[in-house]
Amino acid sequence: MDALISQLQRQFRDYTISLYQQDFLDDQFTELKKLQDDGSPDFVAEVLSLFFEDCVKLISNMARALDQTTGAVDFSTVGASVHQLKGSSSSVGAKRVKALCVSFKDFCEAQNFEGCVRCLQQVDIEYKTLKTKLQDLFNLEKQIIQAGGIVPQVDIN
Amino acid sequence: MSEVRDIEQIKPTKTKKILNVLIVDDDAINRRLHARIINLIGGVSQTAENGEEAVILHRDGNASFDLILMDKEMPETDGASATKKLREMKVTSMIIGVTTLADNEEKRAAFMEAGLNHCLAKPLSKENLLPLINHLLDA
Repeated sequence: MDALISQLQRQFRDYTISLYQQDFLDDQFTELKKLQDDGSPDFVAEVLSLFFEDCVKLISNMARALDQTTGAVDFSTVGASVHQLKGSSSSVGAKRVKALCVSFKDFCEAQNFEGCVRCLQQVDIEYKTLKTKLQDLFNLEKQIIQAGGIVPQVDIN
Repeated sequence: MSEVRDIEQIKPTKTKKILNVLIVDDDAINRRLHARIINLIGGVSQTAENGEEAVILHRDGNASFDLILMDKEMPETDGASATKKLREMKVTSMIIGVTTLADNEEKRAAFMEAGLNHCLAKPLSKENLLPLINHLLDA
């Protein structure tokens, strides 16, 4: 059992580090984890759940505003939604999503339709990818706990 | 027991008194985050989704918050307008404005002018909020 726990802990450590190295996450995610304790054991999951709900809602708003079949493109609505998404991604440490929002905002301000559509597609892919990767990370945590181990603190620096 | 007290004096982990805090932010994630931080540093909190809600909470004169964390950019009534209205209503709570790193000195100064006690840029953390609150409590 000890060997299994050690293996799982190693996997968890390596996977966590890879998420930071590949820019899926930044320091703000680390700060988020510091706010979780035995008194609030699901805090990170709760906040991430809010973030992914935000992604769905805002991406839908942006898609509607960029729909040329309904009339002129509403760049200001797109811009407002991008601004909100930039804020929430920043709050949870979703580094790639946040970076995309920066480019997206520039395209909105330039009223560049093709640029906006490309960014929208990329944002959709990135948040879904992040969601899958974080789910994998949480599954690893669960496996460690179920095996009787402790989830290791991972030093990113 | 005195060792614990000494450590608290060197590096406090809680506010000097239990604070009743109003968190004003249109973003649900920030409301959750800031509520958690307040909880960890020894406070209790209530939230409002925009400046107008914060003002309405004070209208009957019964609201009594030690501290208001006021986001700058919000729909309906923004942080500066809400702060100005609250000060006109003689609300004496400490009000800390929450800005973004993108806000320049001029924007921060304009927000302070509305009646803030201080301003902090997001993201908030225990490390930047707690010393500020204890400093304001001392003042």
